[in-house]
Amino acid sequence: MKRIYLDHAATTAVRPEVLEAMLPYLSEKFGNPSSVYSLGREARRALDEARATVAALIGADEREIVFTGGGSEADNLAIKGVAFANRHKGNHIITSAVEHHAVLDTVHFLERNGFRITILPVDEYGMVDPDQVAEALTDETILVSIMHANNEVGTIQPIAEIGRILAEKKVYFHTDAVQTAGILPINVDELHCDLLSLSAHKFYGPKGVGVLYVRRGTKLEPHIHGGAQERKRRAGTENVAGIVGLAKAFALAQEEIEPSTAKLTALRDKLRDGIAARIDHVRFNGHPTLRLPNNVNVCFSFIEGEALLLNLDLHGIAASSGSACTSGSLEPSHVLLAMGVPPEIAHGSLRLTLGRENTEEEIDTVLDVLVEVVAKLRDMSPLYEKTPSSPLP
Amino acid sequence: MYSEKVMEHFTNPRNVGEVEQADGEGQVGNPICGDIMKLSIKVEDDRIVDIKFKTFGCGAAIASCSMLTEMVKGKTIEEARTITNRDVAEALGGLPSVKMHCSNLAADALQIAIDDYLSKKEEAQNA
Repeated sequence: MKRIYLDHAATTAVRPEVLEAMLPYLSEKFGNPSSVYSLGREARRALDEARATVAALIGADEREIVFTGGGSEADNLAIKGVAFANRHKGNHIITSAVEHHAVLDTVHFLERNGFRITILPVDEYGMVDPDQVAEALTDETILVSIMHANNEVGTIQPIAEIGRILAEKKVYFHTDAVQTAGILPINVDELHCDLLSLSAHKFYGPKGVGVLYVRRGTKLEPHIHGGAQERKRRAGTENVAGIVGLAKAFALAQEEIEPSTAKLTALRDKLRDGIAARIDHVRFNGHPTLRLPNNVNVCFSFIEGEALLLNLDLHGIAASSGSACTSGSLEPSHVLLAMGVPPEIAHGSLRLTLGRENTEEEIDTVLDVLVEVVAKLRDMSPLYEKTPSSPLP
Repeated sequence: MYSEKVMEHFTNPRNVGEVEQADGEGQVGNPICGDIMKLSIKVEDDRIVDIKFKTFGCGAAIASCSMLTEMVKGKTIEEARTITNRDVAEALGGLPSVKMHCSNLAADALQIAIDDYLSKKEEAQNA
């Protein structure tokens, strides 16, 4: 059975070109960038080049790039780093209800440590309203964190608009761009952000390496102590191979944005239109137009997401869901609930995220399998027989 | 995360549907929690001769209903009375701990179905 991978928002495979760029730094070029001898200097050069590449791709200065151990670490460093370094200025932090848990759990940690938190609601598409950000600001507000695009439903947030408001008010602005890097153009000045998180494994780079962009002049308290690496903002011997891989993968992805967007959009629309035409009682989640080109998020009424995923897996299809069983809690996706999706519908959500190797034939197969599997589960569902023709709640 | 037995029942669930002119019905769970299990039974001479289920729920919910129907079919009411959710989980070769409470309620639905059968029987005798 051929595997069809439709979970690119979860992770991606390292591209061969990226792996090739990384390998020497795991073997013959194994030096520590902090060492003075030539082996160390060689690693330092690779690190400097990677930093310059990443900086240029997002319109930043090399000194503003901090390599981290991934996207979650970048989010943690941004939020805790700004909060603890700017406590004397205020203790209020604003974020949204649909953020990744790397942001939400971090602000809740800060709340337990004396900070005041405002969690902004979103509209039915998962969109944050810039006016509500402005209204939530107080004299005590030191940081706002709003994601660039949502990892579950693909809605792209009005980051530039929010950024302009915050730049005027001189409030630090962080955006988690983990889902957009390699998919949308990113320029930190156009987005008006002070901090921005990236993660390599979302754009065909290795796992365990990310970036936090930190605008010059931003006061940041490091949370890993023990060395002068990353201009004292993140101690620890640099993951040289990972960083080289990140830069290579990011450069390839950003170069290919135009053709890749066209391809992904066509596949996404084919998938969405096919579901809409062939399966009834469905609800598409996220913004209809202001959305990532590779994301389809859909709820199938009367069935549960984990059962759907297991059935798809039996057909070799990898996807994800916002059901309680897959969120690891008793509640379905916090993103769908924040958008006003009823819990019983949210349990039946399916996220399909496309990537560079997906084909039209694969989409045809996925549609055939979905029709079969959804029908099978609905036949089993006590909810379906009662309301076969009722409108969606 | 699931045992082979769970996946086997999930892939080929036994006794899906509803017994025609059921002698007893039982339902547990609610859609908000993402789990509903509904059982219907046919009883002859105090023996459960047929049992079917419908489930809105995860893999564990489907597998535990399927397993339970296999365990129950042919048993007397008295024997079926003793079956617990734990028995179902054990017969499936265990369930992940997070699933033990929310998705392992098939035996509860069975007890409700038996209660339903007994009260209908009593009504009939009194009529």
